[in-house]
Amino acid sequence: MTTKLFGEPIARREDARLIVGKGRYLDDIGHGALGVAFVRSPHANARILDIDVSAAVEVAGVHAIYSYEDLDGAMAQPLPVLIPHPSLTAPRTGYPLANGSVSHVGEPIVMVVADDRYLAEDAAERIVVDYEFRTPVVGVEAAERADSAVHEDIPDNVAARLVQEFGDVDAALLQAPHTVSFTQTIERSASMPLEGKGVHARWDAVDESLRVYTSTQTSTSVRAAIATKLDLSLDRVEVIAPDVGGGFGVKIVHPWPEELLIPWAAIRLGREVKWAEDRREHFVSSAHERGQLQRITAGYDDEGRLLALDAHILHDHGAYTPYGIVVPIITSTQLLGPYRLANYRCQVDSVYTNTVIVTPYRGAGRPQGCFAMERTMDRVADDLGLDRAAVREINLIRADEFPWDNHLIFQDGRPLIYDSGDYPSMLDKLRDLVGWEGFEARRSAAAADGRWLGIGMALYVEGTGVGPYEGGHVQVLPSGKVLVSTGLTSQGQGHETAFAQIVAEELGVPIEDIEVHTGDTRRFAYAVGTFASRAAVMSGNAVALAARAVREKALRIAAEVLEVDAADLDIVDGVVGVRGDPGAVLPLSSVAVLSNPLRYAFDEASRAATQFARFASDDQPPVADDDEPGLEGRDYYSPVRSTFASGAHAVIVEVDPGTCAVTIEKYAVVHDCGRLINPRIVEGQIHGGVAQGVGGALYEVMAYDETGQLQNASFMDFLMPYVSEVPQRIDIGHQETPSPLNPLGIKGAGEAGVIPGSAAIAAALEDALGIRITSMPLGPSQIYDLIRAAQDGTAEMTLNSARRSQEEST
Amino acid sequence: MKPPAFGYAAPRSVEEALAVLADLGHDGKVLAGGQSLIPLLSMRLTAPHTLVDINRIPGLADVTVAEDGSVIVGALVRHAELLAHAQAFEALPLLRRATSNVAHATVRNRGTTCGSVAHADPSGEMTAILAITGGSVQIAAAGRRTRDVGAREFFLGPLESCLGPGELAVSVRFGAPAPRSGSAFLELARRQGDYAMCGVAVTVTLDDSAEVTTVRAAYLSVGPVPDVHDLTAPVAGQRYSTADWRAAGELAASLVEPEGDLHASADYRRRLVSVLTERALPLAAADAVARTQVAA
Amino acid sequence: MSGEEQFVVSLSVNGTRRPVTVPARRLLSDALRHDLELTGTHVGCEHGVCGACTVLLDGVPVRSCLMFAVQAEHHEVTTVEGLADADGRLHPVQEAFRDCHGLQCGFCTPGFLTTIAAALEDYPPGASISADEAREILGGNLCRCTGYQNIVKAVGRAQEIRTQRAGLSGDEATDRDST
Repeated sequence: MTTKLFGEPIARREDARLIVGKGRYLDDIGHGALGVAFVRSPHANARILDIDVSAAVEVAGVHAIYSYEDLDGAMAQPLPVLIPHPSLTAPRTGYPLANGSVSHVGEPIVMVVADDRYLAEDAAERIVVDYEFRTPVVGVEAAERADSAVHEDIPDNVAARLVQEFGDVDAALLQAPHTVSFTQTIERSASMPLEGKGVHARWDAVDESLRVYTSTQTSTSVRAAIATKLDLSLDRVEVIAPDVGGGFGVKIVHPWPEELLIPWAAIRLGREVKWAEDRREHFVSSAHERGQLQRITAGYDDEGRLLALDAHILHDHGAYTPYGIVVPIITSTQLLGPYRLANYRCQVDSVYTNTVIVTPYRGAGRPQGCFAMERTMDRVADDLGLDRAAVREINLIRADEFPWDNHLIFQDGRPLIYDSGDYPSMLDKLRDLVGWEGFEARRSAAAADGRWLGIGMALYVEGTGVGPYEGGHVQVLPSGKVLVSTGLTSQGQGHETAFAQIVAEELGVPIEDIEVHTGDTRRFAYAVGTFASRAAVMSGNAVALAARAVREKALRIAAEVLEVDAADLDIVDGVVGVRGDPGAVLPLSSVAVLSNPLRYAFDEASRAATQFARFASDDQPPVADDDEPGLEGRDYYSPVRSTFASGAHAVIVEVDPGTCAVTIEKYAVVHDCGRLINPRIVEGQIHGGVAQGVGGALYEVMAYDETGQLQNASFMDFLMPYVSEVPQRIDIGHQETPSPLNPLGIKGAGEAGVIPGSAAIAAALEDALGIRITSMPLGPSQIYDLIRAAQDGTAEMTLNSARRSQEEST
Repeated sequence: MKPPAFGYAAPRSVEEALAVLADLGHDGKVLAGGQSLIPLLSMRLTAPHTLVDINRIPGLADVTVAEDGSVIVGALVRHAELLAHAQAFEALPLLRRATSNVAHATVRNRGTTCGSVAHADPSGEMTAILAITGGSVQIAAAGRRTRDVGAREFFLGPLESCLGPGELAVSVRFGAPAPRSGSAFLELARRQGDYAMCGVAVTVTLDDSAEVTTVRAAYLSVGPVPDVHDLTAPVAGQRYSTADWRAAGELAASLVEPEGDLHASADYRRRLVSVLTERALPLAAADAVARTQVAA
Repeated sequence: MSGEEQFVVSLSVNGTRRPVTVPARRLLSDALRHDLELTGTHVGCEHGVCGACTVLLDGVPVRSCLMFAVQAEHHEVTTVEGLADADGRLHPVQEAFRDCHGLQCGFCTPGFLTTIAAALEDYPPGASISADEAREILGGNLCRCTGYQNIVKAVGRAQEIRTQRAGLSGDEATDRDST
């Protein structure tokens, strides 16, 4: 075998270009392209009466101004509902440019194309749109009340009513020795990659072909969407995701209006056209996620065994449903976490509001599900006076109970069956890592000094690696270089490194010889995309299978040349050799040459494959019936269902009793994503996820006012954590329970870090304050309100805080 | 998010700048560090006819410590330069304590102290420092002697100063600390480097036996302009080490009229006024003891 | 509307003098990226908060989205493309980012690299940089991918590399620091 690479924390290969400024992100492409700006709705709910562009056409450098009336064919139809679902009974999508009405602030109405973005903005500023205002619907409770409607023909504002259930919840709740009911909310945040979206399009009029660069998480599907909407043959459209400056979910949505309009305009104008989204546009016209109101009733026994859980969730879906009800499905299934439960019902009412669309942001409904279940566990423990970890422990699925069938349908339309895991061991590790057992003593000692410490934990199970499939292509060139490509895209996950590690190990070549390409439909046209922690599982296994095919072929050819049995051959450092015979070797580059029978030699190496040089039997064709030229392989990985990763976080917080400021004193993570391809990359994913979890728990909120204006649409007021806001250290413990579902035994890791953040931090704050936390995120101003309410006797205190004061007084 | 078109003048002397500004009247806007102005331009929240870029004018980048101990900061002195200025810190420690809280280092490298004052943002650190040190702004205009305007007259409201058309703030003067006084600065922002939800600059003056004679405080983000509050009453005559600072903090909370915003409610701001004042005052008192070696 | 007044600005970037013709409002970030095609400098917010566009102006970090190109004349601008030696040897902070996995999508990275490169100049080789000091250095730059953990480590690592390059061993560094 070549030096072991799978599982090694090697440095990333993509960094070489990124650290010297040689990355190629969307706006780095096409310096000569025309620039684009949009007139976007300043109102949340309005009818468009008139659009006056007369002042704008005067602006020097303007090439075109388009509104809905200019759109033709499929472009004039609504944007697609990407993921239809039987429960999505009233889907709505917008148009590339608003068709007579707008349903959220930021919706595009007019597109201006000019020499550059400065001039395009000058012109956009001069366009006057007349509106007739309608009453905006903001917040899920307003949507539920339905005093007014987001879409006139959907008076109840309900897009979908999704019910997931097993057992008999009503009966179980009636029989349960204890029940608890509560309502809690979690606010909106957003993916907020540092690079916004962006599209560049170039139309070759002679060739009648279109090349589109877009900052996307799915280039193959954008390609299909463009071909469909622009009525082009698929073979005339190529879509490339260049370096992408972060995605976190928002760039899986497609086609964004701009992904259609930019190529559409490029064709009409016969010019390169580019749009690079600015930060304000990103806030008001991309996507948000998280906003839910959860009404939960749980039944449990004296030991804290959960007997039944009934959740009614109002999910804020924003103005449209282009991405279907994936987030509600994930919340309602992943809510179950690592626990055994016999009776469960979850109804999610996905409601329209006059706000930006809601589509997956890293975690994609799981943080909310985790919030529901984990806060339930905390309630049960508090009610019974039990240790919160002990209540979780008694409910955990045991290590010998896999596969565990939850009897629900997951987001991939497949059964929700946990494939493997060891949750009790994970919990044990977490308790050790955070110092759970000794904490109560620390807490009371700190309290005696007037310091408020609290601890909390949250566990989760994450379905990863959803289908339907990904493919991989591996080709050994006659130079010895190994090209690897897969169709899904990269946004910083280190695919160029991880996939190279897999291929290097499978094929037995030095990693330096490998070049990995992703997200380019010219290189690999069949793919789904990068989301749902699926890239490593899906494309990792696909490139492994492709590499195995190449290896098999290489050994077969080498066996003929070396006149040995292929079973006696191995590939080490790119050279095929006979085991135990150091003399009999053939470099893979030579195998590549020989794999392609030639008539023409154009260098020394290729002479070996020409018709008068090549070894061959006279009665066989140069390329056998079941063979093809070239040393390459292509294969696909298509899982029967998702594989389920798991993890547990615990956090210790300190609240300043004077300023109510929160400090994270300790953050501990135990994580299980099966076999690790590159532990360093996995840890990086966890670090980033935790920071986003902390952001979502303590800082980030999309602050809409009652008129539907987003009040904090800038990095000044939308508080993404700087280094000063994240934990100074994140203690990580790995656990590896391989997935039995795929050849490499891996599970996804991308989203894990963010999932339990709000639940664990809410629990820690509740522990520190002794006040029930029912709404996240919490800033110091809200904590002050809670403390004041507690002093006034209007806040709900935890039973545990009463027990503590009793202990202190005795 | 691109700035609208504007005229651009880059005068090479104060006289030239004043002539250009006089010519432009209401149409002129001074560009110094640009760290507040340029974002407003890029968001198209302001659209001045002509920017008068003073960055090429020599002689405006000096920090001078006057004989009376006041510190005069020229219009092109960057926050970072003031922060690194040893004599200024020696003369007026409060300057560095506050300046180190201005945004982040990169913004301090370009943003100017004088510009911060001229911007008259009640959330700005330097406005509060100007107020509590009894400082002033030196305002020049063509054909007229430079006038010296005290902080109380200078700040008219949020983002509103008495700077008129044709005028240029050529420097700001931060007043010298009183004898036997000490100072402290505390602020709390949602994220480090953000505009403070509340900040306080305090001075405490002691007598020879280390008893409190005067307590003053100015706040960030709690009112339209940086008022200076006298908090002496609850602690007058008390020994610095045992003074009832909490009472002074509570007094402060009763004097301010903060407003709420996205990040902090009015009530919470008032709480911060009280808590930060209570925490800053003993630091200032200890500073007074350390600086003047009054009998501890 | 008639065309805007254009200014011929002689920019000196990474040691090379390059003229650009721009209107007064052209942001330095746009001039670098689109006129000079030095696209290593990235734009994350265009309102001075994220730090991705940070370049060095006469060696001092500034936000290039908060300056106009016309203002950069007579100053030396250093972008991420200018951090490595002329012979291509990486700057210590570039090497450190790779060693420590200090980047993921890489979009904010140039702003961190320039900021840290300038800050390192305040520390002689051999002096150590604490994690708290590192966090202060990074304080004004946003990253959405890494959670900053490995960027903080990279600052310390960059200083180690500087120390090694200066021919000092780590032990000497510690000695120097403690004296």
